[in-house]
Amino acid sequence: MATDVHGPLTGHAVHVEGLTRSFDGRAVIDDLRLDIAPGEFVALLGRSGCGKSTLLRILAGLDRDIEGTALVPRRRAVAFQAPRLMPWKKVWRNVLLGLPGRAERSLAARALDEVGLGHRVDAWPKTLSGGEAQRASLARALVREPDLLLLDEPFGALDALTRIKAQRLVGELWQRRGCAVLLVTHDVEEAVLLADRVLVMDGGRIAHEERIGLDRPREITDPRFAALRARLLERLGVDTAAAAA
Amino acid sequence: MTVSRAPPPSPSGSDISGISGHTPSPPSPSLPSPGLQPVVPASTRRARVPRWLRRTTGPLLLLALWQLLSGTGALPADVLASPGRIAQVGWDLIGDGSLPSAMGTSLRRVALGLLLGTVTGTGLALLSGLFRIGEDLVDAPVQMLRTVPFVGLIPLFIIWFGIGETPKIAIITLGVTFPLYLNVYAGIRGVDSQLIEAGESLGLSRWGLVRHVVLPGALPGALTGLRYSLGVSWLALVFAEQVNADSGIGFLMVQARDFLRTDVIVVCLIVYAFLGLLADFIVRSLERLLLQWRPTFTGR
Repeated sequence: MATDVHGPLTGHAVHVEGLTRSFDGRAVIDDLRLDIAPGEFVALLGRSGCGKSTLLRILAGLDRDIEGTALVPRRRAVAFQAPRLMPWKKVWRNVLLGLPGRAERSLAARALDEVGLGHRVDAWPKTLSGGEAQRASLARALVREPDLLLLDEPFGALDALTRIKAQRLVGELWQRRGCAVLLVTHDVEEAVLLADRVLVMDGGRIAHEERIGLDRPREITDPRFAALRARLLERLGVDTAAAAA
Repeated sequence: MTVSRAPPPSPSGSDISGISGHTPSPPSPSLPSPGLQPVVPASTRRARVPRWLRRTTGPLLLLALWQLLSGTGALPADVLASPGRIAQVGWDLIGDGSLPSAMGTSLRRVALGLLLGTVTGTGLALLSGLFRIGEDLVDAPVQMLRTVPFVGLIPLFIIWFGIGETPKIAIITLGVTFPLYLNVYAGIRGVDSQLIEAGESLGLSRWGLVRHVVLPGALPGALTGLRYSLGVSWLALVFAEQVNADSGIGFLMVQARDFLRTDVIVVCLIVYAFLGLLADFIVRSLERLLLQWRPTFTGR
């Protein structure tokens, strides 16, 4: 079977077919099929251990022990749950790390400006707050001008207020950049708030798909929002009787 | 002190006002006051004697006691000379040039040994830290050799290298190599795998990963190793210079021993201690410069 992670794009930002990844004989991802259109924002929900992070790592090219087809754009970037900034490099050098050729400092400054961190260009990562570090990590992903942005629970470690701001920021950045986004999360509200399409992963494959037709910006108080949220929670095996009450 | 609360403004026209219209009752005046005490600002409780003065008092008292014991004859000069006498002898040794030239000789030995040991230790650690094949080939023999007390090799080194400078430098090199190897190797292997993965996802090549992630991550370990190595290098110097030396601080000490000159011996010990302090200061400055990114607790 072909396992090409640098394939050409023909109408897809991601094309995955028959993808299987096993750990010690146990298939965590089992004959999975997934297409993401260019510019589409897809959220991937699932219980912990369902393989959603493994799928993201495969699409990022960090896990290559796979069978099946996985086509992803050459230009892709990842933001992890932890910011994973190199503590020994100042913020702007972190942003430029790994860029081919001689990257300019002004490039980093622009990317940091875009995430509202223009005043911390010269800071050491240790002096950043949790939210600032996460935004720096976003800037590091965006400076690569990715066709596919992979977000692995990027708001999971933030406090509630910072998370709301960060979610809003990601929404804005996505609308401005127009890149395809795959957001792995366990937060149903976050998924409905940001995504065009929400996928629920179970048993190593995409078990459910939900198009979110709500207009942006979306309001949590919208009754249609609540209905979508309840339906997805039900799919995830959470008793919605309490949620509906 | 009582706080009086105004009743909430009645939200006319709202249908929930009937439910939430209950006003919380003011605190009952019958409750006894729980005996208040002031929170004293920390600054007023701090002692007025400066820290440096407090810290120098101990050593000065010890010195005074030593001088007193020597002055009264309780501490004879052939057991331990008095501090005054030691200062005098130290001054004379500097004056006639014998101490500076001995120091120069000893410093050159340490510097050479340190250089060779650093190159060997770091080189071997890079080999076994960065390459699996290097680890298989290098780590086991180094770990075995490490258990041999290097001072015990002095007789063998004399047979191999004679009694000149070579065996002395070889002993220091050997002593320096192992602590550096262990710390650099542990530093390389201790680099956060999450950061390496992040580097991979950013498209760093293998060499880029080594240069931007692995080596900077191993730097704190390497500097700890350097500090250990400096300590060991002085120790190795003392041992090396006690054997067949015809120059250097160790030679001064051996000579003084033959003439029961405890004052000269103490001067040499002070010089050793001073050089050790100086080396430590250099490494500390290096750490401050190179590890300023580290989010560690630096004490209050």
